[in-house]
Formats: sequence, C-alpha cells, structure tokens
Amino acid sequence: MTVTSRYSDSRLTVCLAGELDHHCAREAMHEISEAADSFLPREIVLDLRKLSFMDSSGIAVIIKTHRSISLRGGKLYVECPQAQPMKVLRAAGIGSIVEIISKREVTT
Amino acid sequence: MKASNYIKLEFPSLSVNEGFARAAAAGFAAQLDPTLDELGDIKTAVSEAVTNCIVHAYPETIGKITMRLKILDGEKLEICIRDWGRGIENVEQAMQPMFTTGGSDRSGMGFTIMESFMDKLKIKSSEGKGTSVTMSHIIKKRRSIR
Repeated sequence: MTVTSRYSDSRLTVCLAGELDHHCAREAMHEISEAADSFLPREIVLDLRKLSFMDSSGIAVIIKTHRSISLRGGKLYVECPQAQPMKVLRAAGIGSIVEIISKREVTT
Repeated sequence: MKASNYIKLEFPSLSVNEGFARAAAAGFAAQLDPTLDELGDIKTAVSEAVTNCIVHAYPETIGKITMRLKILDGEKLEICIRDWGRGIENVEQAMQPMFTTGGSDRSGMGFTIMESFMDKLKIKSSEGKGTSVTMSHIIKKRRSIR
C-alpha cells in the first residue's frame, strides 16, 4: 500500500491507496502519526477513495488516529470509502465515532 | 456432503501471506461466479482468520497455517483455516466485539467481521494445540440478464 499526505489550512489529508491489512497497518499508522506530529493539524482526513481493501487492522488504524487527534482537540474524517472498506467500517460501527463522508458530499 | 472441488494450502505465519491467502481464496471462489460484493466478503473473512493465526496463535514464533477451501452442493464455499499455535483460552470471550489481547494495534473486531461477512462460523480451539476456524458462504447462482 502507499500513503501520501498533504497539508493546507490546518487540515492534513492522508491518502491510503492499495490494500490495508495487518501486514502494512503499522507502517500506515507510523506515516499518519509522523505527519500529524509535524503539522499538528486541526483536522485529519483519511482519504480512502484509492483503498481497494481493508480489514479490521484498518479499523485499529482509524481508532488510533481518532484517539490521538481527539486528545489535541481535533477531528478525524474518513472520506470516500469504496464498497468493501465501507462494509467493514459499518460492521465495526465506526460511523458512531468518526464521521464518514461519502463521495456525494465531497465538494472539492 | 461431497465436495465437487477443493484446494489445500500450507504457508508459514508471515504477515506477507495475509494478502496471498485472500487472493488465493478469491481466485478459487471465482469459479462460483460471485459478485464483487461476495468476493469482498470472502477476502475480508480470510484476511481476519489468517491475521488471527499470525498475531495470536504464533505471537513470537513462525508456525504452520493451513487453508482448505471446498465447494459443496455447487453453491457453498467452505473455508477452513487452521493453526497449531497456542489456542484460545475462552472462545466466547474472544468472539465479543472489541475484545482483544493484541493491544492497541488490534481492534478486537476480527470475529465480529467474520461472523457478519459469512453465513456460518465455527471455531474449535484447544489451549496449546491450536485453533481451527471453519466458515461458509453461499454463493447463489445468478441468472443471466436477458
């Protein structure tokens, strides 16, 4: 999987592409934490539009990111998950703790 | 029930094999002409079961994992993933959502996801001897569009 990030206007957008499983979760978490620590954003957006697969290891990444940004008073959004990751997010009930923005709602 | 087709794979508990196992399962399931959604369900459940073997069965060693897939009655895919690791002390507790012994790197949602993505899930475990997870998914024949 590949992780790319960009920062503007207090918002860190992290784009996860490929497949997110236990094998690459630690690296993904490391990249997200590193970017968050250097920019200290108010918002983190996990852009999942290029993520073709995710299992519960991805849920742990989202929960950890949510916890760390919440401690700083910020907010995490999960953006544009494809069908399979969306089903995993739903099964884990992630929508009740993190806001999931679907394609239609994204304006930029 | 007689299997019309089957495969058996054996691989070491290296995390790089998570992706291999789900791709192999999806490749075998393809003969049942599943929808993309059904393929996603199979890949997810396999990924969870294999990850459990790697993280929990063999936490400090590399051990053997087998994955068997069978097609039963021409529409049922049965998947059995087995390890010879340390076993689960309390299966009922392990199946509770959010329960994990894996720390903050794990979400504790593995069994919950396997249960919700497959039609049937059965876990047999014996401490010090290993665990087997047998799950099945019915893949209904699709009518061709006229």
